[in-house]
Amino acid sequence: MAIEFKNPVLKWIEYRLPIFSFINDSVGTNYPTPRNLNYWWNFGSLAGVVLGILIVTGIFLAMNYTANVDYAFISVERIMRDVNYGWLLRYLHMNGGSMFFILVYIHMFRGMYYGSYKAPRELLWMIGVFLLLAMMATAFVGYVLPWGQMSFWGATVITNLFSAIPLIGESIVTWLWGGFSVDNPTLNRFFAFHYLLPFIIFGLVVVHIWALHVHKSNNPLGIDPKGPEDMIPFHPYYTIKDIFGMAVFMVFFLWFVFFAPDFFGEADNYIEANPMVTPTHIVPEWYFLPFYAILRAFTVDFLWIPAKLWGVIGMFGSVLILLFLPWLDRSKVRSAKFRPYYRMAFWIFFANSLVLGYVGSQPPEGFLITLGQWATGYYFAYFVIIIPLVSLLEPARVLPDSIAQAVMKPVAAETGEGR
Amino acid sequence: MTDTATTAPGPSEEDEGRRDFLLIATSTVGAIGAGLAAWPFIDSMNPAADVLAISSSEVDISPIEEGQSITVVWRGKPVFIRQRTEEEIKIAQSVSLSDLKDPQADGDRVQKSQWLVMIGICTHLGCIPLGQKTGDPKGEFGGWFCPCHGSHYDTSGRIRKGPAPENLYIPPYVFLDDTTIKIG
Repeated sequence: MAIEFKNPVLKWIEYRLPIFSFINDSVGTNYPTPRNLNYWWNFGSLAGVVLGILIVTGIFLAMNYTANVDYAFISVERIMRDVNYGWLLRYLHMNGGSMFFILVYIHMFRGMYYGSYKAPRELLWMIGVFLLLAMMATAFVGYVLPWGQMSFWGATVITNLFSAIPLIGESIVTWLWGGFSVDNPTLNRFFAFHYLLPFIIFGLVVVHIWALHVHKSNNPLGIDPKGPEDMIPFHPYYTIKDIFGMAVFMVFFLWFVFFAPDFFGEADNYIEANPMVTPTHIVPEWYFLPFYAILRAFTVDFLWIPAKLWGVIGMFGSVLILLFLPWLDRSKVRSAKFRPYYRMAFWIFFANSLVLGYVGSQPPEGFLITLGQWATGYYFAYFVIIIPLVSLLEPARVLPDSIAQAVMKPVAAETGEGR
Repeated sequence: MTDTATTAPGPSEEDEGRRDFLLIATSTVGAIGAGLAAWPFIDSMNPAADVLAISSSEVDISPIEEGQSITVVWRGKPVFIRQRTEEEIKIAQSVSLSDLKDPQADGDRVQKSQWLVMIGICTHLGCIPLGQKTGDPKGEFGGWFCPCHGSHYDTSGRIRKGPAPENLYIPPYVFLDDTTIKIG
């Protein structure tokens, strides 16, 4: 919808490039949004803001970083000690990475709880899974750049995963390294990728938002809006809600930056990389811990496939299985509010993810191995057994007629949700 | 109005004034916040502490004979150090200030009259003037000549002819003893 401007300059631009109406149709008064979105709907825009912070701090860090095995570690220390506000840029970037994963994981659990992945938003969800994969790749190569002990050994362990691929595995690892161990060529290409991938993420975010704007936001009731009484304009209602949420989030984020900047980090990464000494306990960054637990859960060979390869298949499979979620869940009802069995399974899945994270952080010994295996079992069973079965067997709850009706006169008895 | 809860009252003039105030106040605070947040990024591009730390150089000037020049590096820039001959000093001191484009007495440009220490960068567009080596052209005033756009400097490094607007700069320096100077 074109906007009629009185200002001749704005009118001139709008006629040639309708950017003002584009903004107004995207995040303005002409973008209709369900009237009942709760605060769990803030996390997408928050993740976008953090992506921006990461890109800007990253560009300024790159101005002082040297991607060479002889200088990488010392150039990061120089950023911390000598570059004006270098400590701030680096701590914003380090903690920003962790924040990005916190926000995106909450964003994903929100999508799973309220059924945001279901028709007609399957592709929107799948683009999100690709975004997660791109984020993981970016975070992994980025963690190598400071060239500390964890950087080096994390890179060594993760790149060695590819050696599990039959026949060509060893050649792939050599190709990834550009040599016969993680060394200068590896560091150089990882820096190149770490600078490239965020822009690919940015491009995927544009497509993600484009897909979102076709069928618009899902909502806590999971029912389609019936008419204008179910919708409110994005601006000012959700711009102000997003800004308020952002202020709350920034307090959380900056508390870590200023008061506990190394909370998410590993002390060993302040020791320069030494290819001759492996740290006693290698752990990935916290956001990889559940996947790391799945990797280590496979301890026996079966079906003629060695345990090492099963671990790699399990780890990549645990992310890729999310792509099939829209079709594994046969239920037409989106929101878990109206799905009592699914809701129970979901919260067990959530707790199970935390258990996997804990197991991933610990040395693989004794009871923890068994726990990790059961948790891995539930992780996959949730997707391939529980969700399909529940969606077929679950007794249907009565859905409200419309968002407006539910919001104006809450149907508390029907939802049975006493939060 | 009182019996319909769903109908909002239309905005009064007072409400609109309050909204304008809130919008302007919020935008102002937001703009100041954005400016403050931008500063660390801008400042990170300024010289870092280690760059500033290497900003002084000590030079042993004992090997420089009368009539000889050397060029040393200070903060990445060439510094000309010349032990001037009696004649050069006399010429430099005898010039009338009214003949100069950038009037400055020779005495204000040196600490010891035989030692001329200055930054060897033409004040026009940053080229390095010739005149340090014996075979170099020294320009019409027997000092230095910039080959880029033809600026002539005299034996005190003052601009006498050509496009350069100012005399060659004098860096901060001190004589630590008779044969050592510290630049910076």
